Amino acid sequence: MSAPAVEERFGRYGGRFVPETLISALDDLSAAWAAARSDTVFQDELSALLRDFVGRPTPLYPAERLSERIGRRVYLKREDLCHTGAHKINNAVGQTLLAKQMGKTRIIAETGAGQHGVATATACALMGLDCVVYMGSEDIRRQAPNVARMNLLGAKVEPVEAGARTLKEAVSAAIRDWVANVADSHYVIGSAVGPAPYPAMVRDLQRVIGDEARSQSLEAEGALPKRVIACVGGGSNSIGTFYAFLDDPVELVGVEAAGEGLESGRHGASLSAGSTGILHGALSSVLADDQGQILEAHSVSAGLDYPGVGPEHAHLRDTGRATYVSVTDTQALLAFREVARLEGIIPALESSHAIAWLLENAPESAGFDVLCLSGRGDKDLDEATAKLAELDG
Amino acid sequence: MAEAAPTTASSAPSPAAGADRIAAAFAAARHDGRAALMPYMMGAFPDAGSGRRIARVYSDAGADLVELGIPFSDPLADGPVIHAAATAALQAGATLESALEACREIASEIPVVAMCYSNMILSTGEDEFASRLAEAGAAGAIIPDLPLGEGAEIKEAMAVHGLAVVPLIAPTTSPERRREICAGAEGFVYLVSTTGVTGERAELPPELEDLAASAREESGVPVAVGFGISTPAQIASIAAIADGVIVGSRLVRAVQDAGDLESAAVAVSEFLAAAREALEGS
Repeated sequence: MSAPAVEERFGRYGGRFVPETLISALDDLSAAWAAARSDTVFQDELSALLRDFVGRPTPLYPAERLSERIGRRVYLKREDLCHTGAHKINNAVGQTLLAKQMGKTRIIAETGAGQHGVATATACALMGLDCVVYMGSEDIRRQAPNVARMNLLGAKVEPVEAGARTLKEAVSAAIRDWVANVADSHYVIGSAVGPAPYPAMVRDLQRVIGDEARSQSLEAEGALPKRVIACVGGGSNSIGTFYAFLDDPVELVGVEAAGEGLESGRHGASLSAGSTGILHGALSSVLADDQGQILEAHSVSAGLDYPGVGPEHAHLRDTGRATYVSVTDTQALLAFREVARLEGIIPALESSHAIAWLLENAPESAGFDVLCLSGRGDKDLDEATAKLAELDG
Repeated sequence: MAEAAPTTASSAPSPAAGADRIAAAFAAARHDGRAALMPYMMGAFPDAGSGRRIARVYSDAGADLVELGIPFSDPLADGPVIHAAATAALQAGATLESALEACREIASEIPVVAMCYSNMILSTGEDEFASRLAEAGAAGAIIPDLPLGEGAEIKEAMAVHGLAVVPLIAPTTSPERRREICAGAEGFVYLVSTTGVTGERAELPPELEDLAASAREESGVPVAVGFGISTPAQIASIAAIADGVIVGSRLVRAVQDAGDLESAAVAVSEFLAAAREALEGS
């Protein structure tokens, strides 16, 4: 095969720490993606779907009132305007299309807040594939509207009762399903995590965010941004945004969830406060205790509530190419409300973390910033309204 | 070899002893005209004292080797029964050391192979982890999320401390890869019977016989079959095609379902007696 192989490692990170049963499927997937990503027929089909079904390209929006508030120009990359309301659909459509081409008839996915589950259920409805979505029973309780959406779209939502009954356990349950049904099923992982080739493949499918933002920046300003900012949970919107700028003189800032504060131990900052370890098949930076037991993460935002992160981010951190910072639940909630009132945009609580950091870190210097608004906040209304009421006392 | 040749493994064994002790245990069973019986147990489940007691029962009830699970928070290769046991053990405060108490209890009698996940090894430090296994008398390690091509440092550290790193092969493993794994195997080859995670199955796949035959031909060490084996009839049929039979979830469930430690001991003892009977003449 002439197509370049899909990366398995990013520096020391990445790899395939999975049961032997999955190795042949990962080999097949790797070969299929290496071929598909340089196959013009596949890429044309994917581009058409992204344009006509997802609604790409998404705007790069000059946020005037927000810029005025912070004292520097900022553009929002409007992934919240994608079909189903977040960047997750870019990856879901791409992987589902690939799975169909590979002859798979059944799709497995995991979901935390439900955005990736809804995106995958949507892609499966579009392409006529069976879909099962694993979701922690605690998340099912918290995200009832997304469960209803997935059911309406014809997906089967499987509750996961293990551990804290949230995203980490849902990923494990999805992997176990895949181990048992690897012949006819494809696992559409929702972030740039997991065993190779997933981190590279998900990045390839999300890089459209950064590719568009880069050319839109040049078009709008005749220049590249000074800083590119995105939130980091598993890290798919951020790696997708950063990737186009890796070779440019542009600062890359990833914003993690500090939850109740890094010192509280209740956070989701795997890069800022984690250690090198293995979770869900990849060596990366993880939250674990001194015995190597994986810890539960915490964030007000379900999409950042994950004790691991994509291996490419761990590498970008170590090389210093990207900087990783964190903001607390409270900062994110306040930013959520502030942007709603400044711009008439209700951002996802995940994206609100990136905005919260920007609000407090806007030096007076030349240039402009691009911030990935990874999703819309409708899903967060109940949670955020209640928490804001508590904050307001 | 005519007997199991137990070593005084409760003190630190000499390097390379692990693979030899495992080989001796398989050879002794074969000398008796049967496949080896390797029950699995979860260490420190439901607590450290129970772990020691269950290990004692395994050894007394005719286990040839014991596979000892080290509780881990995210055991990807395990099904619901073993996952739940690990979670319960950790909630009760299990550590590597408390799980290894079961190993110390019986390591001077029969070889104990620890089943542990990579992150615990990495987090403890490869050398430190291996030295603690060796110090507890373990003969080897099964690392279900460390396939061929990953974790050279882990494998080296295990070797330095005389521990055999037992590789797994699955029905989905390509013949080429299977040959490479079998050729480099230490202790024994762990043949995963079915495409799936650990847990009881009503039926085992028909292609297992061919797979076991190939693995035995390609490997210089014994081949033991595990995953899904839960009845004496299944044990007898596996014994006819492999060198060893591994029973896991069925026994962990027996411990889980028993109201107290005494009933658990009786339940696993009875199951192992039936298993040994099923093995006679294999």
